[in-house]
Amino acid sequence: MPDYTAPIRDMTFVIDELVGMDSISRLPGCEETTSDLVTQILEECGRFSSEVLAPLNQPGDREGSSFDNGKVTTPAGFKEAYLQFIQGGWNALQFPAEFGGQGLPRIVSTPVTEMCKSANMSFALCPLLTGGAIEALLLRGAEEIKRMFLPKMVEGAWTGTMNLTEPQAGSDLALIKTRAVPATDPEFGSHYRLFGQKIFITYGEHDLAENIIHLVLARTPEAPEGVKGISLFIVPKFIVNKDGSLGKRNDVQCASIEHKMGIHASPTAVMLFGEKDGAVGYLVGEENRGLEYMFIMMNAARFAVGLEGVAISERAYQRALAYAKERIQSRDVAGSDKSVPIIRHPDVRRMLMSMKAHTEAMRALQYVVAASMDIARLHPDRDERRRHQAFVDFMIPVVKGWNTETGIEMASIGIQVHGGMGFIEETGAAQYLRDARIATIYEGTTGIQANDLVGRKLAREGGVTAKVVIGTIRAVETELAQAGNSALTAIGESLGRGTSALAECAEWITGNYKADIRAVHAGAVPFLKLTGIVCGGWQMARAALVARKKLDAIRKGGDGDAAFYEAKIGTALFYADHVLSQAGGLRDVVVRGARGVMALAEEQF
Amino acid sequence: MKVLVPVKRVVDYNVKVRVKADGTGVETANVKMSMNPFDEIALEEAVRLKEAGKATEIIAVSCGVQASQETLRTALAIGADRAVLVQTDAELQPLAVAKLLCAVAKKENPTIVLMGKQAIDDDCNQTGQMFAALMGWAQGTFASKVIVDGDKVSVTREIDGGLETVSLKLPAAITVDLRLNEPRYVTLPNIMKAKKKPLEVLAPDALGVDITPRIATLKVEEPPKRKAGVKVPDAKTLVEKLKNEAKVIQ
Ligand SMILES: Cc1cc2nc3c(=O)[nH]c(=O)nc-3n(C[C@H](O)[C@H](O)[C@H](O)COP(=O)(O)OP(=O)(O)OC[C@H]3O[C@@H](n4cnc5c(N)ncnc54)[C@H](O)[C@@H]3O)c2cc1C
Ligand SMILES: Cc1cc2nc3c(=O)[nH]c(=O)nc-3n(C[C@H](O)[C@H](O)[C@H](O)COP(=O)(O)OP(=O)(O)OC[C@H]3O[C@@H](n4cnc5c(N)ncnc54)[C@H](O)[C@@H]3O)c2cc1C
Repeated sequence: MPDYTAPIRDMTFVIDELVGMDSISRLPGCEETTSDLVTQILEECGRFSSEVLAPLNQPGDREGSSFDNGKVTTPAGFKEAYLQFIQGGWNALQFPAEFGGQGLPRIVSTPVTEMCKSANMSFALCPLLTGGAIEALLLRGAEEIKRMFLPKMVEGAWTGTMNLTEPQAGSDLALIKTRAVPATDPEFGSHYRLFGQKIFITYGEHDLAENIIHLVLARTPEAPEGVKGISLFIVPKFIVNKDGSLGKRNDVQCASIEHKMGIHASPTAVMLFGEKDGAVGYLVGEENRGLEYMFIMMNAARFAVGLEGVAISERAYQRALAYAKERIQSRDVAGSDKSVPIIRHPDVRRMLMSMKAHTEAMRALQYVVAASMDIARLHPDRDERRRHQAFVDFMIPVVKGWNTETGIEMASIGIQVHGGMGFIEETGAAQYLRDARIATIYEGTTGIQANDLVGRKLAREGGVTAKVVIGTIRAVETELAQAGNSALTAIGESLGRGTSALAECAEWITGNYKADIRAVHAGAVPFLKLTGIVCGGWQMARAALVARKKLDAIRKGGDGDAAFYEAKIGTALFYADHVLSQAGGLRDVVVRGARGVMALAEEQF
Repeated sequence: MKVLVPVKRVVDYNVKVRVKADGTGVETANVKMSMNPFDEIALEEAVRLKEAGKATEIIAVSCGVQASQETLRTALAIGADRAVLVQTDAELQPLAVAKLLCAVAKKENPTIVLMGKQAIDDDCNQTGQMFAALMGWAQGTFASKVIVDGDKVSVTREIDGGLETVSLKLPAAITVDLRLNEPRYVTLPNIMKAKKKPLEVLAPDALGVDITPRIATLKVEEPPKRKAGVKVPDAKTLVEKLKNEAKVIQ
């Protein structure tokens, strides 16, 4: 039985000791979000995730969502679980109290969401999309629209979707064709009629909630070509009456759902708008500024998908670890009478350590970025807000791209630990790989993240933020060197080499961006990976420093779990030797690799 | 009608318990602790009584170390209105807990004390009975059904032969069994509200209770490891072994 236990110990370590919960509790509006409250929230959500969401993961994969004549049915148990989820108030966690939320910061919503995703990634996609739609309305929705939709959406009684993709417009949303025509029917107030087709719409249709609120990108009749002519609309499945009750069925239909490699329980819908007289839609913000709004929300959405990488790695690791302790096969290389549990074999250990180290590094990086998102939003000092926002903007493509790519790798290693059984669906290990595979694609492929990193986040600002990050890592290296401890020294040296590789590449990219943009883009994904590896190493190194201090205090009679901190240092050392060591190779790829990438003419393929 | 629900902080039921190296007890340092599952059921029942309009106030009580406050916060999040911690680092045996609960009950005057039939750490199954005796109250133990009716409560008990229903005059002490109900999941809004609910801390001295242990623990050790089984070729060998080796049949 593939179960899941929330890694609360590591989560609270990152929150309390790496991020420092008081740096968040000090922010205006977060005074009550103290460390003990956060732990209690994590424990209760952990319990709900393990007992309610996790048991539905594998059956949900087998059964999948099904489509019949415009209606989508989610797998058995999903509806009840969703009801429990919203009744538990989990959907409302991070949204403003004004609309019925708890207004908790991201440093709390991030681990809570991680748990739900680990337990059941397909299930967790529904609240993820609702959250995206809520953010959009909070950002630019007119007061009347907010009052009409937000309370129900924050509660989770109505869910949300993001309707961006069309057959000819995926990575390039400038190619969107869906039309929105101003209309005057007095019944619906100020509105438009929408016509067009959207594809790949997650939870575009389902049976979990009584209404679905679609956010739709479309063009108005006079709109200019390209990115500057796209507007954002809200299109409810059922029109909402003035008194808040549900009215007419809107002219938006689900035409079919896809057969996919993974996330089978999450319906991926083809949506048809305006098959009859046009779907009633309300403009969000101003005309022609839809993509701009999307960009503001993009950080949150990309951050959330990055978290899927962490979540799947954690789940795959727990499964692999349990198997490695049980499975008896082969004798110990150093000698044993009988066959031993495979966890004793050095190569299996290496695989487990790789999963553990990557997962912890990704989690630490993700939560550190979450904390900066909170500070960037709430800190009273403007410079402090700006500084953290710049860091967040720089890290978002890394957290999205690197965490999801690594998630796939870790799920694959998880299968390898199982040997033949990993390839057999019954174990559950294969599902994690199939589910993880989408995360590098939606919300912008890894290629798109890497373009964003080298272009907007690095070259365009002349590498300013990158330099700040590198400077911060250098300070950690100094601390490691001065600690006078062999493990920390080794970690520091490895981190130092990684940071140098990062710095060299950042300089090369900013230097060559104008002159040879193709060469820069040829190395964009390797550069993203390098940045992820080094920033993950930075967090592991910080964790090792914290752990060392804690161990010294414990040795002097203080309280604490020595085994946990010793493991942290061991894991950081593994990361330094096995992961940070790849930085040099990636540097070579970035600065030299373009010549091979573009060596062949298109006709030579 | 006030309902008092004692809750105990115990090693979490998922944790594999380990004996301390020196044999003085069980390892609890750096071990996940949570509310005794039987107490959770008692508390759930109290909350249901309140939701049904029968109880007016639920008070959760814990006796033990300062960290038991966390357990009480959980109780408040489940639905207790306020909490009392009788704080001590000393070892507490069932009789001492029963006496402390008596002292709290005399202050609070509850109509019902609903508690777990036993705690999953020491499995004593004594506190409820001792408490009822000390108070001179009726007791209904191992409850799988509780119906409050006027000044009486009917308790269906799980006994060896099946079920037995007793009618108790209130006030009464009820200890609950696993099948009484299925505790709810704690909701986020209730966790947030729990933070603001009152939690009073008392000292055993202030209650005038002597908590000195009456029983000395000599040694705690792991149960012997089960020996590996053997496969027998046929039924005849099995019968022989049962007769001559295990000596369980004649
Ligand atoms: C299961 C699932 C759920 C989804 N959910 C939603 C949803 O809820 N709402 C929604 O609107 N969409 C959704 N999508 C769509 C998703 O966002 C797109 O698939 C994604 O953006 C990629 O677009 P595409 O499929 O058209 O691929 P393309 O854009 O055709 O990309 C193909 C390849 O070309 C590369 N490429 C394209 N342009 C560039 C470039 N400029 N530089 C470098 N490489 C480039 C890509 O990296 C990729 O490797 C979902 C998709 C799936 C499969
Ligand atoms: C689709 C499929 C088709 C197959 N077809 C056939 C077939 O036609 N005929 C047939 O006979 N078999 C077949 N097999 C079985 C296949 O050869 C075994 O699954 C494979 O040899 C691995 O053995 P295992 O599954 O027992 O894994 P295990 O041996 O249990 O391995 C589990 C993990 O432990 C590691 N491990 C084990 N021992 C050591 C060691 N000494 N040192 C380091 N690491 C170790 C492994 O590398 C692996 O990561 C098939 C399997 C599958 C899934």
